[in-house]
Amino acid sequence: MSAPSIDAPRSPQGGRRTSQRSNFELYSWLFMRISGLVLVFLVLGHLFIMNILDGGVQRINFAFVAGRWASPFWQSWDLLMLWLAMLHGTNGMRTIINDYAERDQTRFWLKMLLYVSAAFIILLGTLVIFTFDPNIG
Amino acid sequence: MATTTPVGTLYRGGEGMWTWVLHRVTGVAVFFFLFVHVLDTALVRVSPEAYDLVIATYKTPIVNLLEVGLVGAVLYHALNGLRVILVDFWSKGPRYQRQMTWTIAAVWLLVMVPGTYFMMIHTVEALFGSTP
Repeated sequence: MSAPSIDAPRSPQGGRRTSQRSNFELYSWLFMRISGLVLVFLVLGHLFIMNILDGGVQRINFAFVAGRWASPFWQSWDLLMLWLAMLHGTNGMRTIINDYAERDQTRFWLKMLLYVSAAFIILLGTLVIFTFDPNIG
Repeated sequence: MATTTPVGTLYRGGEGMWTWVLHRVTGVAVFFFLFVHVLDTALVRVSPEAYDLVIATYKTPIVNLLEVGLVGAVLYHALNGLRVILVDFWSKGPRYQRQMTWTIAAVWLLVMVPGTYFMMIHTVEALFGSTP
């Protein structure tokens, strides 16, 4: 099978001001790699503790959560994991929407829905970690 | 710049494409689960009973099986993500990308076999009733 050739990319247009372009996509690319590396440890550690260690999911209940969140270490772990995972996932979904939604309107509204729901989940999760009360109810 | 004839091959069909497809599919699946998971955990602010009631569904056989799928998806996404980082930042990464693909496949299997055992042992015992 012969390799199909690819058309040359569009040549840069004369007079286009490169200085006006933002570096957002570069930082987003870098963020995916840095947050991904941190999340490998945070999320795989979380899954190992919650699903495999010491009986796994069968032992999880309110008292178990209360025991863990009594420690600032696990509170910080969960808070960092929440923020990094949500931002990493939201940025990934943004890329996928940009790739597959072809109409401008569709792309815009899908991303609005994504950003609003992601902000809601991040704020809700943060609120839950900071206001957890083991003596509720 | 002088005109050049573009040479190159399409990405389509090889391991590179399939690792990329799987990375997207597992990423989207894990992201949707994350939404649900933050919502179910938020029930600790409602009452211990509400939280325990919803967490009980995680302990049922079918959802337990889905958890194995979730762990498998996260583990693949993590391993392939590390491979992508190495391809991007390690000078020899692009040259060894294919070997790294088979390495992560092997690591995935080596972790998932005992992992599945420990995640499913309670469900299997409850369903097929051996010694408690």
